[in-house]
Amino acid sequence: MEFLVASAIGILTAGGLYLTLRLRTFPVILGISLLTYAVNVFLFASGRLTVGAPPILTKGVEVYADPLPQALVLTAIVISFGMTAVVVMIGLGAFLGADDDHVDDQPEGDDKAAEGAQ
Amino acid sequence: MSLFFIVALPFFGALLPGLMNSAGRAATAGVTFTVTLAAFIGLLTNLPSVLAGDVVMARIDWMPLLGLNFSLMLDGLGFFFALLILGIGLLIISYGRNYLSCDDNVGQFFTYLLLFQGAMVGIVLSDNILLLLVFWELTSLSSFLLIGYWKHLPEGRQGARMALAVTGMGGLAMIGGMLMLGQIAGSYDLSVILQNRELIQADPLYVPALILILLGCFTKSAQFPFHFWLPHAMAAPTPVSAYLHSATMVKAGIFLMARMWPVLSGTPEWFVIVTTAGLITMVLGSVIALFKHNLKALLAFSTVSHLGLITMLLGTGTAFGAMAAMFHILNHATFKAALFMSAGIIDHEAHTRDIRRLGGLRKLMPITFIVASLAALSMAGIPLLNGFLSKEMMLEEANHTVLFNTPWLVPFLATIGSLFSAAYCFRLIGHVFLGPVRDDYPAKPHDPGAGLWLPPAILVVLVVVIGIAPFLAEPFVKLVTASVLGEAAEVPKAYFKIWHGLVPALYMSIVAVVGGLIMLAVFKPSLRIWDALPRPEAKVIFEAIVESVATLARAIILPLHNGAFSRYAAIAAITMVAVGYHAWSTGTIAAPTRDMQPANAVAIGGWLMLVAATAGMVMMHRNRLLSLILIGIVGLMVSVGFVFFSAPDLAMTQFTVEVVTIILLLLALNFLPNMTPIESSVLRRVRDASIAIFGGLATFALSYHYMLRDAVTAPISEFHLANSYKGGGGTNVVNVILVDFRGFDTYGEIIVLGIAALLIYALTETLLGGPVRARLLNRKPDQKRAGNQHPMMMVVLTRGIMPVVLLVGFYIFLRGHNEPGGGFIAGLIVSIAVVMQYMASGFGWASARLRYPYHGVIGAGVLIAGFTGIGSWFVGKPFLTSDFTYVRIPPFEEFELATAALFDLGVFLAVVGAVMLSLESFSRLARQAGGPESEHAMEIDPSRDDPKEQAAKEAV
Repeated sequence: MEFLVASAIGILTAGGLYLTLRLRTFPVILGISLLTYAVNVFLFASGRLTVGAPPILTKGVEVYADPLPQALVLTAIVISFGMTAVVVMIGLGAFLGADDDHVDDQPEGDDKAAEGAQ
Repeated sequence: MSLFFIVALPFFGALLPGLMNSAGRAATAGVTFTVTLAAFIGLLTNLPSVLAGDVVMARIDWMPLLGLNFSLMLDGLGFFFALLILGIGLLIISYGRNYLSCDDNVGQFFTYLLLFQGAMVGIVLSDNILLLLVFWELTSLSSFLLIGYWKHLPEGRQGARMALAVTGMGGLAMIGGMLMLGQIAGSYDLSVILQNRELIQADPLYVPALILILLGCFTKSAQFPFHFWLPHAMAAPTPVSAYLHSATMVKAGIFLMARMWPVLSGTPEWFVIVTTAGLITMVLGSVIALFKHNLKALLAFSTVSHLGLITMLLGTGTAFGAMAAMFHILNHATFKAALFMSAGIIDHEAHTRDIRRLGGLRKLMPITFIVASLAALSMAGIPLLNGFLSKEMMLEEANHTVLFNTPWLVPFLATIGSLFSAAYCFRLIGHVFLGPVRDDYPAKPHDPGAGLWLPPAILVVLVVVIGIAPFLAEPFVKLVTASVLGEAAEVPKAYFKIWHGLVPALYMSIVAVVGGLIMLAVFKPSLRIWDALPRPEAKVIFEAIVESVATLARAIILPLHNGAFSRYAAIAAITMVAVGYHAWSTGTIAAPTRDMQPANAVAIGGWLMLVAATAGMVMMHRNRLLSLILIGIVGLMVSVGFVFFSAPDLAMTQFTVEVVTIILLLLALNFLPNMTPIESSVLRRVRDASIAIFGGLATFALSYHYMLRDAVTAPISEFHLANSYKGGGGTNVVNVILVDFRGFDTYGEIIVLGIAALLIYALTETLLGGPVRARLLNRKPDQKRAGNQHPMMMVVLTRGIMPVVLLVGFYIFLRGHNEPGGGFIAGLIVSIAVVMQYMASGFGWASARLRYPYHGVIGAGVLIAGFTGIGSWFVGKPFLTSDFTYVRIPPFEEFELATAALFDLGVFLAVVGAVMLSLESFSRLARQAGGPESEHAMEIDPSRDDPKEQAAKEAV
């Protein structure tokens, strides 16, 4: 089981990294979302994996999953929604304003940036 | 007056002139003068205790653990410098009021001046060397503002930049030196450091600390080879130059050398470095000064030369040298400030300060002539003026100083310096005031009003009084010298008098004055030789150094920081993996302590779906809609994973967030191209793929190893499990952590979420207010629109489902404390219910029915959560302490009432508001593009009377 979760984290990271390195805003945003999944699952897994023992206190039950990473990841999920929304809005605003959804500075723009990009 | 007030007055007073700018020149200068006068009087109230030999202290612990305390001390030395700073400051302010023209921003000028004055007073009164460093940097910054005050002049800007670069670098070196000194002495308090002479001088760090501190002093006080910035700072308005050069800024370095004299001086290192630098500066400055044609440049190099003289005296390390240095600081401050102000008057009246264009001003400006000549003669070292006395003491000291085993070296160079010093003073008088009256001045010169000549005249009175009656200054100078020397040496017995008999110093003095007169007589031929000589131009060298450093910086930064964000991402990823690999390969890995759990078919199935969806996303990311569907699958599988691994709250949150994220991305995709074109080369894709694979492997390895080992120390989770019900009154530990144990975190998080939503709203407003709006209105959809935008089936379904979803949300909210659920999840569920109404009937219809704006909902949520937290103050508990009780209202069962539920309500409202405000902002963009909207809930509505049918009915 641990192998499955760890490899899932690895694959999500790899996919996220690849998409983050693309040149247009939309795939980059999706890549960041994949990285968010990877990070959240990683943080969650720091409480180690427990099957069938949710941290809901019940009489007679002694073993519970670690509640702390769960609480931290819960807020992280909500915050990452807010972050994604802001990034999408910035990307969209840039596209609507310049009719260009490249992530990098484009050569016809600023002279100095153009020198660097070549 | 408390020392704190003396230091704080200029800083707080600095606000006034800036605020009163519109009140006019007289009012701003008046308030600046008043503030300075108050500090000056405050200083004088401490005079009796200083005269009694006491050290006045004031102390507030600021950061005691760092050794940084706001402690001030006032002894003779500090009093002397503070007196110069504030006293000459008063004269400069009244001079500046008349000097600046109406076009200048006078309020700004006086604000800068007061800031600078406060920083200088801070330096001389600091008892803590870290505090001293803070003030030291403040003088660099505020002098930068003052020197560059005339922003329209390129020389002003360049001079200010050069001064900041040189003194800033020196300050940086000095921070290092001071930290070493503090380490050696075990305290950053000057009063402790000054007691530890033997300890410090025996330490191996003494020499590095000495060199670093001296770098700071030499750059500030313009000692060779850092002397070049001072003449360029001349571009400042004359009152600034007069202030910087006479009493402040450049005296800061001298002050520090004097302050540190008891602990740093007396060693061969100190003697060789300080005396040599001082001697070279003295001779070099005076030679260059003679050949400068710009009046202010001449004075600037003469300042450099005199600073060299004082430095050399401090370098000798004898008590007599220190006393001579203190006396010369006093004399130099008086005659130099007067000379600068006179130069400013000439510039003001004749509209030039080029000596070659002046001459014969004696008849046209008699008052200025008298003032400037007396000051210049004093600088030349003519008897009965104060400059003569301290110069005599300097020559006397030079006579006893042996450098590099060559007894004649120091006296010879000191005489040469004095000779050139006398020569430029005579040139100043001879070429500016004497000679025939000319008829080609740029403006007809005449004496200015008393406002301009009175301040220098007051100083010249001091010059003459001290010169004739040196015994008046003697007790004070000896007092100052005593506090310089501390316990390191006795104050010399020597008396201050004009006639010491036929001593060698007198002969040296005579040689200097006569030689100076001869130099002036042969000025024209020597100027020709001087002009023919090749000499390095300091400004060119400085700029070449700056340019080469800038080129180097560009060569490093531009390839890394070239505007290509994908490159930054790649660099960051590679760096993180590399650093992680380094830690991995150098650290030790303990053996696994946990067994691997067996995987069942469900888990493997979920894993396969997640992997397939991720792989599909990467392969087919060019088809944006498809990749959006695939990321939905990924999110779903993550939620399923959370359920599987005992995290029901997380699963619910992830699932609902997934829904709103996909809606958000769909709204955005509406405007973006549907396909991503192929742009990157194969090589580039191979590079990115390798980075991705290495990154993936790294996180895999890390999490795999992590999960198979127990935590090194017991985590705090057990505490939460044990206290959740007892202390927090809830059985859902995750929810209790969110609203109770870590409520403050959650409070911060809902605020962040609210800010993010407001940011999105603000961005939308900006977009819709600009040219984007027109573009949106003219936009042609790139795909066919649906024929029926608001289908009846969807409208009916969402209307029916709305109360059910709200009920579910309410239920989830209420049970959150004990069962999976809570404010976050309930907020997301309710948002989805509302979003569905938008989707079914359109933005116009839904927002017409919106009763509360979403900003208000966010605000209400944050406020409710905040007030819940504040509520605990009223019962004397810390912020966000929770309480709960069980009540029974028949016919219900017993139930729990907790303040945490109120907090959770705040969370709920903030989440609803934030999610809805973000989505609403996106839909507003879409609405602009979609053209006019129908006000009806659905396109085709059988209950609504169709116009055609109506007409048909009427026809019947």
